[in-house]
Amino acid sequence: MSTDAKQLVQPPPEHCPGTESETAGKSAACAGCPNQQICSTAPKGPDPDIVEIEQRMKTVKHKILVLSGKGGVGKSTFSSQLSFALAMNQDTQVGLLDIDICGPSIPKIMGLEGEQIHISGQGWDPVYVQDNLAVMSVGFLLEKEEDAVIWRGPKKNGLIKQFLKDVFWSDLDYLIVDTPPGTSDEHLSIVQYLKTSHIDGAVIVTSPQDVALIDVRKEINFCKKVGIPIIGVVENMSGFVCPKCTKESQIFLPTSGGAEQMSKDMNVPFLGKIPIDPLIARSCDEGKSYLITFPESEATKQYKLVFDKILNSVDTKQ
Amino acid sequence: MSCCGGSTSCGSSKPKVVTGSSISNRKGIELSFEDEAASNVNISTSTTTTKSNSSCCSSNSNSGSSSAGGCCKSSTSAPTSASNDSCCKSSPSTKEIKINEEESNKTIISSDATEINSETNTVNTFKGCPSETPSAGSEPVCSSCPGKTACQSQSAAGNPDKRDIEIRMKVIKHKILVMSGKGGVGKSTVSSLLAYGLSCGSGKQKVSVLDVDICGPSIPKLMGVESKQIINSEYGWMPPKTPNHEIKVMSVGSLLNTPDSPVVWKGPRKEAMIRRFVKDTFWGKQDYLIIDTPPGTSDEHLSIIASLKNCNPSGAIIVTTPQDLSVSIVKKEIKLCQELHVPILGIIENLSGYVCPCCDEVTEIFKSDGGRKLAEQYNIPFLGKIPIDTNLGRCSENGKCGVCEHPTTPGVLAIQSIVENLEKILNKPQ
Repeated sequence: MSTDAKQLVQPPPEHCPGTESETAGKSAACAGCPNQQICSTAPKGPDPDIVEIEQRMKTVKHKILVLSGKGGVGKSTFSSQLSFALAMNQDTQVGLLDIDICGPSIPKIMGLEGEQIHISGQGWDPVYVQDNLAVMSVGFLLEKEEDAVIWRGPKKNGLIKQFLKDVFWSDLDYLIVDTPPGTSDEHLSIVQYLKTSHIDGAVIVTSPQDVALIDVRKEINFCKKVGIPIIGVVENMSGFVCPKCTKESQIFLPTSGGAEQMSKDMNVPFLGKIPIDPLIARSCDEGKSYLITFPESEATKQYKLVFDKILNSVDTKQ
Repeated sequence: MSCCGGSTSCGSSKPKVVTGSSISNRKGIELSFEDEAASNVNISTSTTTTKSNSSCCSSNSNSGSSSAGGCCKSSTSAPTSASNDSCCKSSPSTKEIKINEEESNKTIISSDATEINSETNTVNTFKGCPSETPSAGSEPVCSSCPGKTACQSQSAAGNPDKRDIEIRMKVIKHKILVMSGKGGVGKSTVSSLLAYGLSCGSGKQKVSVLDVDICGPSIPKLMGVESKQIINSEYGWMPPKTPNHEIKVMSVGSLLNTPDSPVVWKGPRKEAMIRRFVKDTFWGKQDYLIIDTPPGTSDEHLSIIASLKNCNPSGAIIVTTPQDLSVSIVKKEIKLCQELHVPILGIIENLSGYVCPCCDEVTEIFKSDGGRKLAEQYNIPFLGKIPIDTNLGRCSENGKCGVCEHPTTPGVLAIQSIVENLEKILNKPQ
């Protein structure tokens, strides 16, 4: 019996040791709680869904999380460009999983708006951008684009579990997981559910501002706490070249040295800087690959340098 | 499986008592730092299990904590600390509050199974689930939901904090949510600038800011209260004030031992924190309470809206960038406001154009006019556009009031115009 299916008669009280912990129903704090009987008698043990997820993930060679902590720094943009870049080699099978349940940007960026998933005998079929690039997002499960998914944490966790358990990814070389901002339910659940399936590492995206770096430091500490290796930090929206006078200026000021300094301070690898290019935003809006559409631009060159470093790191550790 | 992020550094530090002050006899809200009930927290990939340090924060609220100790000789009938705060000049017994990184498995069980409509392969999003209504757990659609019993018991118990919240909020004239749905559009920046704009404006309003972004609290940095602490007094939690204009700011950021500590909490814990912010903070009489929210349409938004349900919030300001991608996500936030009957005061388009400091050429980095078109589409007032202004950016990074430091810069002029439009809307006869 899955531990998620335990039904309590009342919400857990203030000093609850945790309804799924070893001492559930048995600690001093449990005396007098109406749930005590349920907690003490419900079976505890490994979640069988995690075993199923492990089975699914056996066909996936590398799993890379794209995290930030801060919103709007370009996680989804980075994830999608990384997926496009990896899939440029036709022999590489790539999957992109969007676990941002409330704000799923991936369908739009990948040009898959309006697509829906199909359920086959093998599970949920992801949506394919091209033969070797599969995408899954809650955006494909909405009737209309503007439908809001107004769910609390446990329900979001349930969907993320289903994305891992029920989606038929088939054989993948890389599974890129795009995450929402923060350090909450979605992040905990992806780490928890992939616990036995080995996450290769996390790429942390940030902008140069101090306000972003505060949240990113928290995310780095979160990764260290839960044991996710950090592949490195990418500084996005770093510098803007004026199209008229071609002088570079900093829109998002790196008041304390930006991500490079922060990476040194926190002892994590620094992967590179991606400049602001209005054409990146336009490509995302139009659902096209920026790297393919503008192969000679400065931002494309920087993207490629960063992607090479990520692949070297992931492939060497194998 | 309990998890919170493997809080192995969940320390056992006790709150520091300010010397010279006696602890009030009144049992106020206390955050206790020792939790006898340890929970197993292990999400690391190592094979050895580690028990987390048992000391972790759990709130130990006692009822009746919001009433004043008798110092406030307010003319209002309710003898509460929510009265005019100028009377509370005597130093209340104080205690600094800090929280440690902690376990957060106080989940309220609700449906983990996602309802997929097998005919259309779509999820049931909000319609049909009455968990936020008085009939939670009793509707026909609830019959097969595993969360039914939890919802039924919650709706029967009602909200015990309702009265306390109403008392606190009654003396705040306008409660405004700043929302977006999309991350990084500038909600916190706009919240801080609105607060400064309203304080500096001709009306010299009394403004406070509540930051309900639990995981990524940016407001303390933007408003210069990073190193300041929240004091627990007999009248409630006393929020720190900004160096300019003495704006009160409440944020989880002020409760952290170190600014780099992640707050790895699941939804129910965040909800409890937000409810405490609303219930226990001593705001006093204010003209405006600006509430900064995180991105998304989830626990924090549902919690703050539910907490303010009976307090007549003025409404929400929606912030977006002009980009299509941003607008498509922001539409969901508009939908959330419509579903939960939160009036939308207007839309602000942020990051709207960048003026090159060398040649003054304007570049629309994130496209243009997306916010205005969205406002027209949904028949919502368009409050204004804020361009990318590096002067304002610099002030924000340093926690200073950009409105005072750069009164003629394009960003500040835009904010002042937005504040004027907002005041017109709020003061319009109903």
